[in-house]
Amino acid sequence: MLLFITRRLLFALMLLLAVSLFTYLLFSILPADPAALTCGKNCKPEIIAANRVRLGYDKPILEQYWNFLKGIFVGRDYGTGAAAFSCPAPSLGYSFSQHECVTTLIARTFPVTAYLSIGALIMWMSLGVGLGSIAALKKGKWQDKAATTFSAIGVSLPTFYIGLLVLFSFCIWLRILPFPKYESPFVNPGAFFTTMILPWSTLAVLSAASYTRLTRNGMLEAMNEDFVRLGIAKGLQRRTILRKYVLRSALVPIVTIAGLDFAALLGGAIITESVFSLPGMGRMSIRAVVESDLPVLVGTTMVAAVFIVLANVIVDILYGVLDPRVRAK
Amino acid sequence: MTTPLLSVENLNVSFATPDGVVRAVTDVSFRINTGETLGIVGESGSGKSVTASSLLRLNNSVTASTSGKVLFDGTDVLTVDEDEMRRIRGQDIAMVFQDPLSALNPFYTVGEQISEAYLVHHPKASKSDVRTRVLEMLEKVGIPNPSKRIDEYPHEFSGGMRQRIVIAIALINSPRLLIADEPTTALDVTVQAQILDLMKDLQQETGMAIILITHDLGVVAEVADSALVMYGGRVVERADVMSIFSVPTHPYSWGLLGAVGSLDTSTRGHLATIPGTPPSLISLPNGCAFRPRCSHQEGVESKCANNVPVLRPIEGTSSESACHLADHQLVSIGQRSSRS
Repeated sequence: MLLFITRRLLFALMLLLAVSLFTYLLFSILPADPAALTCGKNCKPEIIAANRVRLGYDKPILEQYWNFLKGIFVGRDYGTGAAAFSCPAPSLGYSFSQHECVTTLIARTFPVTAYLSIGALIMWMSLGVGLGSIAALKKGKWQDKAATTFSAIGVSLPTFYIGLLVLFSFCIWLRILPFPKYESPFVNPGAFFTTMILPWSTLAVLSAASYTRLTRNGMLEAMNEDFVRLGIAKGLQRRTILRKYVLRSALVPIVTIAGLDFAALLGGAIITESVFSLPGMGRMSIRAVVESDLPVLVGTTMVAAVFIVLANVIVDILYGVLDPRVRAK
Repeated sequence: MTTPLLSVENLNVSFATPDGVVRAVTDVSFRINTGETLGIVGESGSGKSVTASSLLRLNNSVTASTSGKVLFDGTDVLTVDEDEMRRIRGQDIAMVFQDPLSALNPFYTVGEQISEAYLVHHPKASKSDVRTRVLEMLEKVGIPNPSKRIDEYPHEFSGGMRQRIVIAIALINSPRLLIADEPTTALDVTVQAQILDLMKDLQQETGMAIILITHDLGVVAEVADSALVMYGGRVVERADVMSIFSVPTHPYSWGLLGAVGSLDTSTRGHLATIPGTPPSLISLPNGCAFRPRCSHQEGVESKCANNVPVLRPIEGTSSESACHLADHQLVSIGQRSSRS
């Protein structure tokens, strides 16, 4: 087991290295000149040249990449003399459009994305598994049809549509909730919840739809298993059979997929964050794209990659914990 | 005559499917006494497994409709409430399934699964007592090194060993009736014999009755006291096990016996088969369900085509058969077919 984890982590590290190289090179061959973007339209060529040297864009591309990698571990110093500044380790570069270290930017925006993802995860899991179980237990009845319809709608509707729909319904039409304006949960918990409840629900409805299907089909499949029949033949209570036999086997694939979905969200829920004006990583990435703010893009891509790679390792380990058949190998 | 342990009277089971009503079991009646073994023989789709699941009400409650009586020790299993049914399941009547690879829950150790079967009927038993009992049971069904293997998962056992675990689950409450639905079909031939021996030994020890469902006449010959031959959802022959091999009295039984190979079979080359395929239980033929495949209809063709034959005692034997042929014809062809 320990060997397995070590091997997986080493592999993950190599994967991250490859991802960083690719993103770095990809963004570097873009036609935009990063140095030119550091100041406005009427910038003097001398300033651009000075900034190019200051930010290290005058060096060959591989040396730039090396400096980037080194910065992650030892931090980076930019410029000399009075104009000097530094981004301490772990440094992911310096945003020339927002004039801040990328790490600082991520540290500020990531919590918002994390709160969004965690809340959405809790909501979609309870909604999806709950509805799916009801649908499986009431197969063919109206509850099943309602849940299946919900899941079909949820799967088909695009995020921004659901987002705008709930925003319009609750904030403009019904006026139950104030218009979303993000506040930290530690400063103003009430406003935090009233702001987050809509984006949470939007993401939850979206994902719960597929989890409803997964749960329903998994449970129905499990109900036809011989071991469930043996459970009934033992004289077990229906409740026990549903919990220990049916739900237990339906849950294994659900937990693994949920892990991966959650990790993908942590990289930034671009559309949801934009619709609800949440200052998260997704919205920051979009802004960086518009402004060709390459260091920010490389940074957020790296963070997203770390989460996805990490989630894969965790899910693999979790799979072994959940399913004894995997554990043995 | 003493009351039998289990008496099934006119059991009918049908399933509603999108293609039509499947008449899986029609007018099946039989009895079994304590300590006896009854073999139910038939091809796939003859209704034998549905008959077995009906005894524990394991059929899908939404699509199946069941009528008739299943009297276990005087109680009609088909009409008792769900709580009473749960008490009967596992405690009075236990079941062993065909495929041991899928009959065990992959997420729990075998020890947990056997204990669970015991605890559900003995909720007050202490943990250590249950463990002792489970270990005893594992020992009894021939699992080597039980104290180590009790904490292993089903996938760590071979097919034969898993079937032993399933038997341990079935027998931990010392049931009075064991229903074994093709318990050896999924196993290797050598393991089959071991499992059958094990069941016989445990029967001698506990005096339970066994209903053994199989398509293998060899298995019936080895362990059963009497046999029920099913075809198209009906019982076509009922006989003690000696008679069914010496003087089978139904054309279907003749065909089945003819299809069993043996080392001294004189006919070289092809093994005899019954021509045709079993009937669809959605649209059974008029008259005798076996008619389209039967080559013994001389003189009774119109009866075979129009009337469903009823099970009746055959003169000169202790068997009952559902065939329109006269008794003496059945006996004489039966004697010839068993010798060939």
